[in-house]
Amino acid sequence: MTEFLIANMAPVMFATLVIFLLSGFPVAFSLAANGLLFGLIGIEVGLLKPELLQALPNRLFGIMGNDTLLAIPFFTFMGLILERSGMAEDLLDTIGQLFGPLRGGIAYAVIFVGALLAATTGVVAASVISMGLISLPVMLRYGYDRKVAAGVIAASGTLAQIIPPSLVLIVMADQLGRSVGDMYQAAFLPGLALTVFYALYILAVTMLKPAALPALPPEARNLSEANGSSGLTSLAGLLAISVAAAWLFHTIYLSTQPQASGDSIGIYDGVIGVLVAYGTALANKKLKLGLLSKMTEKVVLVLVPPLALIFLVLGTIFVGIATPTEGGGMGALGAMILALTNRRLSMDLLKQAMNSTTRLSCFVMFILIGSSVFSLVFRGINGDLWVEHLLSSLPGGQAGFLIVVNLLFFGLAFFLDFFELAFILVPLVGPVADKMGIDLIWFGVLLSVNMQTSFMHPPFGFALFYLRSVAPKEVKTSDIYWGAVPFVGIQVVMVALIIAFPSMISVASKTDMKEQIELNIDMGGDAFTEMPNVDFPADGEAGVEVQPVLHAEPEKK
Amino acid sequence: MSFFLSLSQSIDALNERIGLAVSWALLAAVLICAGNALIRYSLNISSNAWLEIQWYLFGAIFLLASSYTLKRNEHVRIDVIVGRFSKRTQVWIDVAGFLLFLLPATVLILYFALPFAFESVRSQEMSSNAGGLIVWPAKVLIPVGFLLLTLQGLSELIKRIGFLKGVVDASAFEKQQVTPEEEIEAIAAANNLTAPALTTGMSNTAKEA
Repeated sequence: MTEFLIANMAPVMFATLVIFLLSGFPVAFSLAANGLLFGLIGIEVGLLKPELLQALPNRLFGIMGNDTLLAIPFFTFMGLILERSGMAEDLLDTIGQLFGPLRGGIAYAVIFVGALLAATTGVVAASVISMGLISLPVMLRYGYDRKVAAGVIAASGTLAQIIPPSLVLIVMADQLGRSVGDMYQAAFLPGLALTVFYALYILAVTMLKPAALPALPPEARNLSEANGSSGLTSLAGLLAISVAAAWLFHTIYLSTQPQASGDSIGIYDGVIGVLVAYGTALANKKLKLGLLSKMTEKVVLVLVPPLALIFLVLGTIFVGIATPTEGGGMGALGAMILALTNRRLSMDLLKQAMNSTTRLSCFVMFILIGSSVFSLVFRGINGDLWVEHLLSSLPGGQAGFLIVVNLLFFGLAFFLDFFELAFILVPLVGPVADKMGIDLIWFGVLLSVNMQTSFMHPPFGFALFYLRSVAPKEVKTSDIYWGAVPFVGIQVVMVALIIAFPSMISVASKTDMKEQIELNIDMGGDAFTEMPNVDFPADGEAGVEVQPVLHAEPEKK
Repeated sequence: MSFFLSLSQSIDALNERIGLAVSWALLAAVLICAGNALIRYSLNISSNAWLEIQWYLFGAIFLLASSYTLKRNEHVRIDVIVGRFSKRTQVWIDVAGFLLFLLPATVLILYFALPFAFESVRSQEMSSNAGGLIVWPAKVLIPVGFLLLTLQGLSELIKRIGFLKGVVDASAFEKQQVTPEEEIEAIAAANNLTAPALTTGMSNTAKEA
């Protein structure tokens, strides 16, 4: 019995973990209990050194000091404040009117606003609720197909999972030992590509079944001019002026600073263009100049708050003047200011947002604590080697590995949410991917796109659940389920495309973070300097792998 | 039993108070982080103390409020299977979980964390970063947090045993999370919209995120 246990400790531990998790007891404590149980067994049968478990408090202390994870409460808080700030309502209403008279226009507006909300609030439930309350009734009133309407709302809501600053990417970066900034940059293009694919799907539907997505009659617009014109010429004019201003800035800036990097110039150009448009619209409104049409003024005024927040958060991170954590802190402050100017920031809202964020942080951090107790012991008994052996013996090498891992995540995403997948499974498959020569940033984005589907899977998908609660009765539950199916299909296509064309994700890894993975899976090196009397066995034997990492800092400062 | 129930109530009240109080640390962390970043760009000054205080605050948040999160039953569970069982069976599983998983784990971590924190206090440990803060308050948070969790675990156990004996109502330990309906109402109210007649066509077993 004992020999069997010693020889098969890792598979037994893993199987027990599955049973523990399925017991329905909170994941965090099931993980920790599993780790500690097998830690004690391992010590009892002589597989592990008794000192191993004494390293636990230091590991917890390492988790506390993890600067990257601090971004989680900041972005959560920002999203919770923004979802009640009235921004979503303004955006959906105005953009809906702008695009409405196109065939399928409201659907395009939902996709566009979904992407904007994703880049700011990052809360799937809030996006789906806002779109379900504001755009769904409009779509139904003008005879949109119920399935398409429901599907596009659910799918656009889940964009928050992949477009930065999403929590998924922070956790993914932390678990794979890469910098959050690089992960954000790499996820940007696939996020945009998905947005475009959703829009192309809508375009295809309007061509094949025009009756499914009719254009809104012009009367549906209440932002038209007194003489009945739509005021779009004025919008086009302002757009041209802003683009010209940005281009002018671009040329002047390049001539003075020829060595500036392309990314940061693009962001500065954007800022200049937006500022020009905003200045004009604001002057027009305050001074009653009458230069711009009502539509132009409104469109610019509603677009500026989200764009400003996107710059404040993502722009500063991409240009490299802020760490993701700082970006989160400033975004949270910016959200409070925006809510304050919209007169929506009450003491009640503030307390509610702080309280929800606190509880979310607790359960996320405790899953991490539980999983690090588990992985301390699991690696101690060489479970990592077992997983590696299991996964690297798959046929088909890299491609086989990627397909199996993606199928695994796709399947598990029906039952587990991404925090569980990211904290339990990613640390197991990440090192194997790394050994196979797969870039971990690329791998992280791939898995994130894959996990995005978990929000759309019928019947448990979280986005569908919220949409069901908010949709009027005339939208049947089966409409919502069937509506989501084409979008899940788009997601699968996207995963396949990323695997087929790896260069889709630009991996501009400026910082080599190889050591970081050791930091996450073991503890930081400073742990050892503080405990000189603890004797850790060498690699390959029982115990933890020791890497001389003194201070692995994930962010470029 | 009545002694245990009043003990449980005191623990709940204590942890609720602590949980609500440390929420404010979040606002402090946001302001410090944003302020520190802005000052760093504009004046190019910063100090490790301001960076360290942020994660001290975050540490306080998740270690001290975890017992409150447990009280509200908001630690994530995988209930695909047990969600189909009867209420009583689920409570029985929970009782086993608290006795076999949570309490041994928190007590064991507490056992290891006490000497760890004590050693830091004794040596008046300072941060190794230049201009950093004293370290022991952060390290002391670990045993304190796990002590609170152990207490809350006991309280949850008492409430569930009380339920099985028929003296406690299930609402005492069921999830108090906002329902989608409440969230929709709140967002609708914030946006001056009217929520539609709410439907409950879908089962409540959808996973939480």
